[in-house]
Amino acid sequence: MNTKKTTALPSGAATPWILAALMLAGCNPVTDQKHAADKTVRISIVGSSTMSPLLSEMGKAYEQETLGTRSDVQSGGSSRGVMDVRAGTAALGMVSRELKADEGDLHNVLIARDGIGMIVNADNPVTGLSKKQVIDIYTDQITNWKDVGGDDLAITVVSKAEGRSTLEVFSDYFGISYRQIRADVIIGDNQQGIQTVGSSVAAIGYVSIGSAEYEAEQGAAIRLIALDDQFPSTESVASGNYQISRELNLVYKEPITEQVRDFLTFTRSSKAAELVSRMYFIPVTP
Amino acid sequence: MTPATLSLALSKRQGWLFWPTLSLLALMAALVIFLIVAFLLREGSPLFAQGGIARFFTDDGWWPLEASFNMTPMLLASLYLTMGALFVATPLGVAIALVTTFKAPARLAQLLRNLVELSAAIPTVVYGLWGVTSIVPILNMWSPPGASLLAGILVVALMIIPTITILTQSALQTVPQAYIQGSAALGVSSSQTLLRVVIPASSQGIFSAMVLGAARAIGETMVVLMVCGNIVQVPTSLFDPVRTLTANIALEMPYAMGDHRASLFVAGLVMLLLVSALVALGEWASMRQRRMAP
Repeated sequence: MNTKKTTALPSGAATPWILAALMLAGCNPVTDQKHAADKTVRISIVGSSTMSPLLSEMGKAYEQETLGTRSDVQSGGSSRGVMDVRAGTAALGMVSRELKADEGDLHNVLIARDGIGMIVNADNPVTGLSKKQVIDIYTDQITNWKDVGGDDLAITVVSKAEGRSTLEVFSDYFGISYRQIRADVIIGDNQQGIQTVGSSVAAIGYVSIGSAEYEAEQGAAIRLIALDDQFPSTESVASGNYQISRELNLVYKEPITEQVRDFLTFTRSSKAAELVSRMYFIPVTP
Repeated sequence: MTPATLSLALSKRQGWLFWPTLSLLALMAALVIFLIVAFLLREGSPLFAQGGIARFFTDDGWWPLEASFNMTPMLLASLYLTMGALFVATPLGVAIALVTTFKAPARLAQLLRNLVELSAAIPTVVYGLWGVTSIVPILNMWSPPGASLLAGILVVALMIIPTITILTQSALQTVPQAYIQGSAALGVSSSQTLLRVVIPASSQGIFSAMVLGAARAIGETMVVLMVCGNIVQVPTSLFDPVRTLTANIALEMPYAMGDHRASLFVAGLVMLLLVSALVALGEWASMRQRRMAP
C-alpha cells in the first residue's frame, strides 16, 4: 500500500517566516520618497480653535510656495497650544489672547487681531444688546427674550468650557467671573457654538467675529448683533470702535528650526495678510 | 537524563509551548489593568496629597481653575443617565429577543437578528451625530435647550439595546424545551408561558445582559458630550442639561494643566471604581442565582 504522507510541518513552518519577511519589508520607512531630494519637514501647530482655520490656510499656501514642507494644524484650545509648545510636541502654538505673565518663557509673533461678538439665531428679531443686558442674560437676571425686545421665548444661554481663551476674554470684558455665568449649554470650540446657536431660535452665544462671519457666509443660520450700538465687524474692530478685541499670537520656544522661522516670516508677509482678511480677521501688516 | 533522552523527550512533546504562552498572555492582560490603576493613582496623587478625598464631594462646585473640584453633580449625572438608559433599553431589548426567538418566522427572525448585530457595530459617535441633529432639536421644541439628560438617556438607550438583545437571545435559547412544552401541555397561554416560565428561567442571563449594557452606558463619552449640554449641575428634571464624568474628561483634558489635569485623572479613578462596583454587583447576583438553583 502506497500512501502519500503529507505532514503539515513543512508548509506550516514556512508561513511565519513569510509573514515576518513581509512585515519587515513594510517597516521600511523611506520607500518611494527615496527619490525625493529632501525629506518632508513637518511643522506641527497646535492650539486655539479660533485660529486653526486661518493657520490651515496659511499652511497650505506655504506648502505650495516652499516644496518639501507639510503643516499639521490641530485645535484644542489656547492653553493646549501653550502646553504642547512647552512640552516640545508642537513647533508652534496658536494662542488667541495676549500672553500671560507666567508665559514669559515663550516668544510670540502677532499675526492678526480678532474680535468677539455676540451671536443669535438668524430668525431672532433682536439686533442689538447693551453691555448690561448681556451681563444680565449671562447671570440669569434676564431669562426671556421679550425683556430685551424679542419674542416670548426663554433664552438659551450658550457659553464656553473653562480653559478656552474666548471665555477668558468674554469674562474679562463683561466683568463676570466664571462662577457667575449661568449657562444652559456649554460647548467646546467655535464650531460647536455656531452649530448650537444656529439650530435653536432662542439661543445666544459668543464666538470670534472672524469665525462667525466666515460661517455665516457658508450658510450657518446665525447673525452677529451689535453691542452698545457698535456692530461687530472687521472694520469696527480695526478702527477701535468695537471694544472686545484680542490678539492672535503664534508662540514658540527657542531654539526653532530654520523651516519654522521661515514659516513665521511668511505669516507676516502680505500674502498671509490677504489670507487673514479673507477669513475675516484683522491683519497687522499693511 | 542523558542529552539524547532529553532531546528525544522534548521533540516528542509537541505543543509544550502552548500553556506557557497562553498563561503569559493572560497575565499580561491582567497586568494592564493594574498598570492603568497605578497610572491613574500616580497622576492624581498631587491632589490627594493636598487635601484628601472628601474635598471631591464637599467643595463648592466644579470650578477647576479656582481649585474647587466637587464631582458629585457629575457622578450623579453618570448614574442617572445609566439607570435611565437601562430603564428604557431593557424592556425593548427583551421584547426584541422574545420576538426573534419565539414568534417571528425564521426568515424574519434572521433579518431582525442581523439588523440588531449591525446596530451593535455602529460607532457610537454616529449615534451622537444623529442625536445632535435629530433628537436635540425635537426636544428643544418641547423644552429648551434640548440638549439634556433626556436626550442622553434616549440616545444611549438606543445604543445599548443591541447589547441587551443579543445576550438575552442566548439566554432565552438555553431555556430547556421541556419547560415550554410542559407549560403548553398544562394549557397555559403563550404570553403567560413567556412571562411566568421562560423569563424567570433565563433571569440570570437577562441580568448579566443588563449589567453589560450598564457598563457600556456608563462609559459612553462622545454621545454624552454632544447631546447632554455639559452643564455641571445635579439634574432636577429630565430636561436639565448635565455633564457626566466621562464627557468632562473629554471636554477638559486637551487643555487642562497642573491640578486641573490631576483632577481629571481622579475622575478616571472614580469611573473605574463605579464600573468595578457594577461588575461586582453582577457577579454577586449570578452567585446568588447559582446557589438558589436546584
